[in-house]
Amino acid sequence: MAQETFDRIKEIIVERLDVDEAKVTEEASFKDDLEADSLDVVELVMELEDEFDMEISDEDAEKIQTVGDAVNYINSNQ
Amino acid sequence: MLEGKVALVTGASRGIGRAIALELAQNGANVVVNYAGSKSRADAVVKEIEELGQKAIAIQANVSEVDNVKQLVKETTEQFGSIDILVNNAGITRDNLLMRMKESEFDDVINTNLKGVFNCIKAVTRPMMKQRGGKIINLTSVVGVSGNPGQTNYVAAKAGVIGMTKSVAKELASRHINVNAVAPGFISTDMTDELSDEAKQGMYDLIPLNRLGEVEDVARAVRFLASNDSDYITGQTIHVDGGMVM
Repeated sequence: MAQETFDRIKEIIVERLDVDEAKVTEEASFKDDLEADSLDVVELVMELEDEFDMEISDEDAEKIQTVGDAVNYINSNQ
Repeated sequence: MLEGKVALVTGASRGIGRAIALELAQNGANVVVNYAGSKSRADAVVKEIEELGQKAIAIQANVSEVDNVKQLVKETTEQFGSIDILVNNAGITRDNLLMRMKESEFDDVINTNLKGVFNCIKAVTRPMMKQRGGKIINLTSVVGVSGNPGQTNYVAAKAGVIGMTKSVAKELASRHINVNAVAPGFISTDMTDELSDEAKQGMYDLIPLNRLGEVEDVARAVRFLASNDSDYITGQTIHVDGGMVM
């Protein structure tokens, strides 16, 4: 389950941020490692909401800083 | 010029908002006519737009209420599939001298004229970012630049809208969302029609072009900013005031 979530998120990140798949690890920070600006992160969260059919509040979205944060958030809130 | 575009115009049941809704429809846009109070007037505008061959719906919403605005934008995208143009026109006045101005008069104007603009921009940003483009046009006023006695609340809100326009323009530029403002001066309305010739002459003396503006003068500037002709313009305030404030 966690692996499946990770793979789906990874696919979105690779597409949206145009980064190499190998760089998308659980530890990777969106801003520092994946070169996303703050607007990219907002957009990414919007896409995750659509992909996983859920709503992520602004407060929670702010806490999502790494790929692992996103995976954990989605797994524990679905 | 705007064929296939979907425009949401707040406060579109009368005055400048109505003229903008009709102008956009005349140029091919489908229009959501937002209104706060008068359903019958909003329905009349919808009918006029349909007679022009475009689609239109009237949706009631108080722009100062976040939940109302979310619902307004949701209904717009559900009915029309997208939202390409937002015109923040809804506004109120509660004029009074500073010394007499009640806190409620200040708050009401700020809530509708400034926070209302924030609410609407925030709500459309999501669909516009997904579409990778959009046009946001905020109605401000030349008094937001020049100041005006008796309108501390209104002027503060309108000056705030100019600042907000610039900030949001910078934030959303990379997503091809243009954000501009239009600042009308003295515009001919039912209210100005009733002024004495002397009072009118007093106004003309302040206006280099020597006449009051018409609501259509404002609507045409909005139409320009809503179209692709203005793709390289963002963060600006266009004065439609006959040269009154430069």
